[in-house]
Amino acid sequence: MATPVGFFTDTTLCIGCKACEVACKEWNQLPDNPIQFRDSYDNTGQLDQRNFRHVRFVEQATSNPDKPIAWSMMSDVCKHCANASCLEVCPTDAIIRTEFDTVYIQQDVCNGCRDCIAACPYGVIGFDSQSGTAKKCTFCYDRLQNNKMPACAQACPTQSIKFGNLADLRKMAADRVQALQAQGVTQARIYGDTEYGGLHAFFLLTDKPEAYALPNAESAVLPGRNDVPGYLAVAVTSVLAAIGGLVAFRRRGERA
Amino acid sequence: MLTEHFVAAPHWEWYILAYFVAAGLSGGTYVIGTMLRLWGDARDLPASRLAFFISWPLLLVCPILLTLDLGQPTRFWHMLIDSRTAGLAFKSWSPMSVGAWALLIYGIFSTVMFVVALGETRSTPALLSRVSKVAGTLAGRVVMVVGALFALFVSAYTGVLLAVSNQPVWSDTWTLGGLFLASGLSGASALVLLMSRRRPEAAETDEKLLEADRYFIILELVLIALFFVTLGGVLSRVLSGGWLVLWLVVLAGTVVPLLVHWRPAWRQRISRNLGPILVLLGVLALRAVVIFSPQS
Repeated sequence: MATPVGFFTDTTLCIGCKACEVACKEWNQLPDNPIQFRDSYDNTGQLDQRNFRHVRFVEQATSNPDKPIAWSMMSDVCKHCANASCLEVCPTDAIIRTEFDTVYIQQDVCNGCRDCIAACPYGVIGFDSQSGTAKKCTFCYDRLQNNKMPACAQACPTQSIKFGNLADLRKMAADRVQALQAQGVTQARIYGDTEYGGLHAFFLLTDKPEAYALPNAESAVLPGRNDVPGYLAVAVTSVLAAIGGLVAFRRRGERA
Repeated sequence: MLTEHFVAAPHWEWYILAYFVAAGLSGGTYVIGTMLRLWGDARDLPASRLAFFISWPLLLVCPILLTLDLGQPTRFWHMLIDSRTAGLAFKSWSPMSVGAWALLIYGIFSTVMFVVALGETRSTPALLSRVSKVAGTLAGRVVMVVGALFALFVSAYTGVLLAVSNQPVWSDTWTLGGLFLASGLSGASALVLLMSRRRPEAAETDEKLLEADRYFIILELVLIALFFVTLGGVLSRVLSGGWLVLWLVVLAGTVVPLLVHWRPAWRQRISRNLGPILVLLGVLALRAVVIFSPQS
């Protein structure tokens, strides 16, 4: 197996230029977005089958009247979770873990059931009605196989998106957080060290995860948590229903 | 502690709603047919046959609806066979995978019981009559009961499938499997009752079916209450705006049949078919509100 790879996205370096979105669209030949007027500079909207990268403009009100809105930009992407919800529920095994430890949807296997979309806690996967399949970031699997870095990381002009060996990136991220905190950015934190067993695309944030539409540690749970309780409820209901049936349908001669 | 959701909707819509209703009623009618044979007497056989006659065509609709809902309908077989290795595709932890297999196996049992029921009617070929006689043996009963276990599963697993996700509402409760099962059994009783209006010999069992339906309805009401309690902070998503209208239909489909029983004077005033029709509308409304409200 090849070395596990990752993306470390440092949101403090992102300037919202969307070069990553453009490079991703170009390499993966993704269709353009329908024109929509949104109440924001964020005209991409969300990650889906058309957008494997999405520069999120997080707008927050400040107490400074000269600067009423503060922006944090974050180039969002599939997190390629170590414990991936989509991979867990996929009934056809169309979603696989690659030799680079990334999560990949095999387009020739996917039958478009959309269970992965229901399961993904980050709202990353979209349904492509043209191909009839689910789509998301491939981590530029084709480029990785040819020893090239993913298109988004290569295009990022500020190196907000860093690509590399996962272990090296985690060390780099920890050092960066330490440096920022020493400079007084006390809110600096890493998102993705522990969530879903560790994310292969993890982020340096300067606010709580919810501000970036990311579930916090308590909310980052796998769909399988409801498997046993759900079936237990079915079993108990079955027994009670059978008792009801027995009482109602028992032979007339045996009725009290 | 409730989960905070940042998810996209899977757009499971009309085909899935129709499938949930058909699977719930097909599984439910099979279970009722089985219970009537196990615990009823000879007078209940026509109603049991009727239940199996209803169960099978409803089952046939299920794979068609599921296939139509796929983005790639010609790849429906990927649910059962691994297209890369040609081995079996089965994941015990994925309700969709388990459900696909359960539907296939239940289909075999449902077909067998349909043939058995057909063989019991007059003017059937000798071969069918012989099959029916085998069904009356201990081995035949064991087969029927094993089929009922799969029928229960098919009727219920759709709720577990919704819960095993990260969608708001669906994944915030463990009650949906049980709720769909209770509702499916109630709807199945109502359907057999309605269909028995055209088969006087099956009407002998009407009172038993009404009694069973009351128990299933009480179970359903308890599970609806648990569903609301477990939703906590996201309860407003299923109770807001137009969804309230669907909940009123669910309420009518559960409370009215109970009231009619407890106030016999009402029975004289309203049509005999009203109760079962309301129950069936409630089955549809319950699934509609559960499927659509979190995705809106």
